[in-house]
Amino acid sequence: MAEVEGANAPLCVLDGIVKRFGDLTANDHISLSLRAGEIHALLGENGAGKSTLVKILDGLLAPDEGRILWQGRPITLASPEDAATLGIGMVFQHFSLFDNLTVAENIAVAMPAGVGLRVLNKRIMELGERYGLALDPKREVWTLSAGERQRIEIVRALLREPKLLILDEPTSVLTPQEADTLFATLEELARQGCALLYISHRLEEVTRLCDRATILRGGRVVAMCNPREETPQKIASLMVGTAIPPLHDRDNRPADVRLSLRRLNAAPADLHGIALKDVSLDVRGGEILGLAGVAGNGQSELFEILSGERAAPQRGMVLIDGEECGLDGIDTRRRKGAAFLPEERNGHAAVGALSLPNNVVLSRHATSDIAPRNVIAFDRARAFSDAIIAKFDVRTPSPLAEAGKLSGGNLQKFVVGREIIGNPRVLVIDNPTWGVDAGAAVLIRQALIDLAAAGTAVLMISQDLDEIFAIADRIAVIHHGAVTAPRNVRTVAREEIGLMMTGGQGASHAA
Amino acid sequence: MRLELIPRSDVSSLQRTLAPLWAILIALLMGGLIVAFLGRSPLAAFKVYFLEPLTDPWALQELAVKATPLIIIATGLVYCFRANLWNIGAEGQLIVGTIFGSIVPLATVGMESTPWVLPVALLLGALGGALYGSIPAFLRVRFGVSEILVSLMLVYVAELTLDYLVRGPWRDPKGFNFPTTPNFESFALLPNLASEGRLHAGIIIALLCAAVTWFVLNRTLFGFGIRVAGEAPRAARFSGFNANRMTIAAFMISGGLAGLAGIVEVTGQIGQLKPAISGGLGFTAIIVAYLGRLHPVGIVFGAFVIALTVYGGEAAQITLKLPLDLTRTFQGILLFCVLAADALTTYKLRIVRGLHA
Repeated sequence: MAEVEGANAPLCVLDGIVKRFGDLTANDHISLSLRAGEIHALLGENGAGKSTLVKILDGLLAPDEGRILWQGRPITLASPEDAATLGIGMVFQHFSLFDNLTVAENIAVAMPAGVGLRVLNKRIMELGERYGLALDPKREVWTLSAGERQRIEIVRALLREPKLLILDEPTSVLTPQEADTLFATLEELARQGCALLYISHRLEEVTRLCDRATILRGGRVVAMCNPREETPQKIASLMVGTAIPPLHDRDNRPADVRLSLRRLNAAPADLHGIALKDVSLDVRGGEILGLAGVAGNGQSELFEILSGERAAPQRGMVLIDGEECGLDGIDTRRRKGAAFLPEERNGHAAVGALSLPNNVVLSRHATSDIAPRNVIAFDRARAFSDAIIAKFDVRTPSPLAEAGKLSGGNLQKFVVGREIIGNPRVLVIDNPTWGVDAGAAVLIRQALIDLAAAGTAVLMISQDLDEIFAIADRIAVIHHGAVTAPRNVRTVAREEIGLMMTGGQGASHAA
Repeated sequence: MRLELIPRSDVSSLQRTLAPLWAILIALLMGGLIVAFLGRSPLAAFKVYFLEPLTDPWALQELAVKATPLIIIATGLVYCFRANLWNIGAEGQLIVGTIFGSIVPLATVGMESTPWVLPVALLLGALGGALYGSIPAFLRVRFGVSEILVSLMLVYVAELTLDYLVRGPWRDPKGFNFPTTPNFESFALLPNLASEGRLHAGIIIALLCAAVTWFVLNRTLFGFGIRVAGEAPRAARFSGFNANRMTIAAFMISGGLAGLAGIVEVTGQIGQLKPAISGGLGFTAIIVAYLGRLHPVGIVFGAFVIALTVYGGEAAQITLKLPLDLTRTFQGILLFCVLAADALTTYKLRIVRGLHA
């Protein structure tokens, strides 16, 4: 494409950036330019080198070769503080906020010393009005939704008046409505002359929002394009390197009810929790029931009670295969043929500091032969782990690697495989493809479809409506701890579901 | 100016294994410097502290005797520390172990030889320590009380209880008013392993404890649960482990082993109860546990290193007139060096200039 020098000169140019970690070349001569007022997408599968590049731009890593030009001058970024001073702001995928502090206090801790809270409050309100980032500086963070929490991160970055703002998977925790609000903010920022580097794997939003896209694969730039002129399918195949297989649908013949909730009422387990209100649900063998909802509406509380990590108030409130098991622990429920996979990979579904075989022991010691008489048979755990790695195409530095060394997508493939090998009769899975790349997401979704086809009852909690509409048979919505009656995904309108998610019409209880 | 710790990306297991050795080396240099400031030759001190004990068979036995209780207590502490529970009160659990363990030996003073007295004494010692260790665990589980404070404060309760017993009800009536109990009968004492020297069967118990702990932590589901509970409590729950039960179990094992160490000390080399049984073994064992990286094999080595500083300190006091406090100072330096070596293996230090951020 033709580049005009002068008024439209690039704000920041990466020129031949190379970064190696041992034998691995994470960034292999990457060049790209970012212009003021432009929303530039950085796309690629996990492991393609996006994070490394972003860390270089944020001053966390130093490149081995290549130059960074800022307004035409070569610069060295020694720390995130250097980057911030220069005008590079970051909004990370994972929030780093203190729950018990207020919005303003959370912002103050990231500011240079000497900025008073009162001044800060005023500036937060001003920024909020200018960019549509409504925030009450005095609210405590635990009372806020994911969308509001993200606004804190954005405001925190904007207060440093960045010329370049980098956003890493910003919509992964947002409702469609919240995402729309975010896009309006980003477009406004671009209009005011800020350059934006937007990292995402949700191609629909990239084609909608971004002016240019750079696609990375295996550490190299494989394509640059105008996403508005491409189809998401085309971009996805560029990212993966091969055409992405479409999901194979299945004959849908729901059988007997395998998982039931009967008038489940439960007080929150802690101060910041959500009470579950009169939740009744039936999931049949052979179907995937999608449970939509904005994060923080009782999903994790529901998951805890379904899995048995927390006991239900009464035995008869949870039934697996018709057996009352509301008071049973998670191992007992697993022995009854159920499997569970929580949302958080690191620290809940898996332990980053443990090896992959040990992470198999974590959830399968009760339902396999790897811990006979409570003694771990490490060779069997290893064999189990190797089988998962082979069957689910898990890319790992070594079969005995610590789980924390795997990329998000690969670890997710591993833990999904761990739960569904051996075909459980019931699977409860929370956000199965949260923050994973397109290739891994397709593989995981196909595995869930195949599992249901084999007769498993799958309850899939998800904040990703696209995902639910892509693979679920029925959809219910959780809002403030209450669950709506499930609807057929082929006949219900998306808008209707969106309304229920925010407590609008139709958000009545299931009978 | 300020210091920042930045995680290192790739740390080999060799580097991790070598870190404590670096720590010992640096601690030796610092110790030598202090000796020099005290006006003595560091080389002479090094010889008295480290070379002579390691070349003299009698001294080697003495090292094993001193290392024995440290190994037993420190392997117990591993259960708590690995699970992220802070049992600082091993000293108190040890003392209660000596009290419980002494009941039967004291009741059988003057009686005919009875072979079951010693095993019962050892078991009761462990039981006493376990029960005493369960108090901070129970208070933490039930009321959310900090186990650090409770376990530490219970040390003083235990010390004063022992003091009361040996000055009051348990005092030897024929002991010229010294605050000690009667001497145990020989059948209530651990057998000596060598005809010359003081090496007793406690070292076998200690090595057994270390071996069993290695097996439990690395091979059993329970040990797996301890490790997971320490790394990620939510994952432990997901794995089916009950956090409250794990807390109580870890504290009871930890306390039980401290209690066992106490009664091994009494039946192995003291032979009676007196106001001061341990002289801080329960605290020194914390250093040992970390010197050994919370790993049973490492702990055996760590206990011998610490025993060496104690023995060498005594020798240095006699031959070089160096103060005994130097030993404690050196142990402190050693702990700091070990912690710093671990931190600097995992992180890289960066000096950032400027006032703030």
